[in-house]
Amino acid sequence: MTDSHIIKVNNLFKDYAMGKQFFRALTDITFSINEGEFCGFVGPSGSGKTTLLNIIGALDNPTRGDVFVMKKSVNSLGHKDAAKLRNESIGFIFQTYNLLPVYTVFENVEFPLLLLKKDKTERERAVMQALEWVGLSDKAHSRPNQLSGGESQRVAVARAMVKLPKIVIADEPTANLDSANSHNILKTMENLNQELKTTFIFATHDEKVIKYLHRKIVLNDGKVIDDINLN
Amino acid sequence: MLLLKLAIRNITHAGLRTWLNVIVLSFVFVSIVLTEGIYDGMSEQIRDSEIDSNVGGGQFWQKSYDPFDPFSLEMSHSEIPADLKNEILSGNATAVLIVSASIFPINQVQSVQLKGIDPDQITVNLPSSFLKNHIDSNSIPGFIGSRMAKSSGLQAGDYVSARWRNVKGTFDAGDIKIIKVIDIVAPLSDRDQIWVPLERLRDMMQAPEQATIIIVEKDKTNIHSNSRDWIFKDQDFLLRDLNENISRKKIYSTFLYFILIGIALLAVFDTQVLSIFKRRKEIGTLMALGMTKWSVIILFAIEGCLTGILAFIVGSLYGVPILYFLAKKGIVLPQMILQSQFALGLTLYPKYGLRIYIVTGLILFISVIIISFLPTRRITKLKPTDALKGK
Repeated sequence: MTDSHIIKVNNLFKDYAMGKQFFRALTDITFSINEGEFCGFVGPSGSGKTTLLNIIGALDNPTRGDVFVMKKSVNSLGHKDAAKLRNESIGFIFQTYNLLPVYTVFENVEFPLLLLKKDKTERERAVMQALEWVGLSDKAHSRPNQLSGGESQRVAVARAMVKLPKIVIADEPTANLDSANSHNILKTMENLNQELKTTFIFATHDEKVIKYLHRKIVLNDGKVIDDINLN
Repeated sequence: MLLLKLAIRNITHAGLRTWLNVIVLSFVFVSIVLTEGIYDGMSEQIRDSEIDSNVGGGQFWQKSYDPFDPFSLEMSHSEIPADLKNEILSGNATAVLIVSASIFPINQVQSVQLKGIDPDQITVNLPSSFLKNHIDSNSIPGFIGSRMAKSSGLQAGDYVSARWRNVKGTFDAGDIKIIKVIDIVAPLSDRDQIWVPLERLRDMMQAPEQATIIIVEKDKTNIHSNSRDWIFKDQDFLLRDLNENISRKKIYSTFLYFILIGIALLAVFDTQVLSIFKRRKEIGTLMALGMTKWSVIILFAIEGCLTGILAFIVGSLYGVPILYFLAKKGIVLPQMILQSQFALGLTLYPKYGLRIYIVTGLILFISVIIISFLPTRRITKLKPTDALKGK
């Protein structure tokens, strides 16, 4: 693993129990991602994109093989250490936004900083900056149910970016958005990637997203069938 | 501290969900305090009424008197000893002569007790002064309670024939005029009893200066007699049956107390289970954002506790004025309560101590903590990836 590899996956297998049988979701996956990449796992539904993303995000464990995220082996992380890794270094963007419904936009974006125990002044500054990045400074006091789908996803991007993580994981981020909103979101993320050198990893089968990727790792039936650098 | 801050934020922002919980819990809290207050107030009122209108500060019983043996009544009266006579003259006690008799209202026969009482007495809370102004010498004036009126069919102004045996064993008879039907709170002074003037009854019995019991003024519990024929029965003895009855009822009240707490806890438990079910996606998000499972569990448990505290505060805000108002003004009871076996007036004054308020609050609070925590243990079994999908 060279110094520029922020993620390294070696011979990864993932099985799910289905009654007495097992379903193999990932088979012998090997690849690495460098710091600052804007890449994605591409493939049809059921190809294993989200599973792979969850393992990289320390939300799930591999059955076999090694996964290193920022030089830490995900296999050996306990609940606490996995939570710490997610808290400090990984931002998540979900297909369904997953905003906390009872919080305002400001509070949603502020949440990761509360977990990091940042002081109030720093939190306010960082939240307002993140909302500025996504163009939602004027919606700081709105509730999620008062936002459109595009706005909600921009809040999710701000929440993922506010703590300046090394890695942002985005699972089908544009699946619920129209073309204009998808373009806005992707442009915003691309800008942040270039400006802050944050590594973005997508799971998608959306052509709109694929057009923005600098590298696509193609999955089919749980296997990597292609790894294309689009630069 | 962070989890507390988040929990406060969650429950204050959750709006209707929080308030529904709080209202249910606070309502149960106030209901428990009110129920206990009603019970305590009722017990105290019954005891006080018995003391006021029947027991007094204790009673001297003629040595043969046994209230559970009506056949002994004929022998259980004798002349009042000098020391007790002085107490009666001083207004510290009053004599009652009790005689078995039969009355014949509306073509039927009914066994009753004629109770002779001094119309001028103020020792017990009975309106004996009604007996003073009767001028018809052909009839015996008497008043009865509403329970006796109901069982005998007698009303004020009615005459009823009565038959009794005097001290010589000779049957005698006369007409009693019911001059008043009154609401006597204590059933022991009402059922199957007719109150008549003491001197008149002594004449009827040919038993001058005699009595069956002497009721002592309720604040004068230190009266003694040297006579061996008169035995002092203190309040504890005279109220023993009543106290046992109240204790038995206390078991039902405690049962009700725990049923109410159980309802509250069921509501909290149900809400927590539902909340965890409904908030699985939120739980998954919290974990993805970096919270550990235990932090999420503690967060949910704190939310439950805060709901308990909020319920105590809200319950106090609207409950204290209501409870205070009821304690001052009382709860008006239906007229039929006067027919009951308890010495309860038409107004019941609940009585609450700080103890019941604090203890109920604490029991509810601790139970809410435990019951809030139990369902959250499910979170430990939840996989973040499943939770994120809302599974």
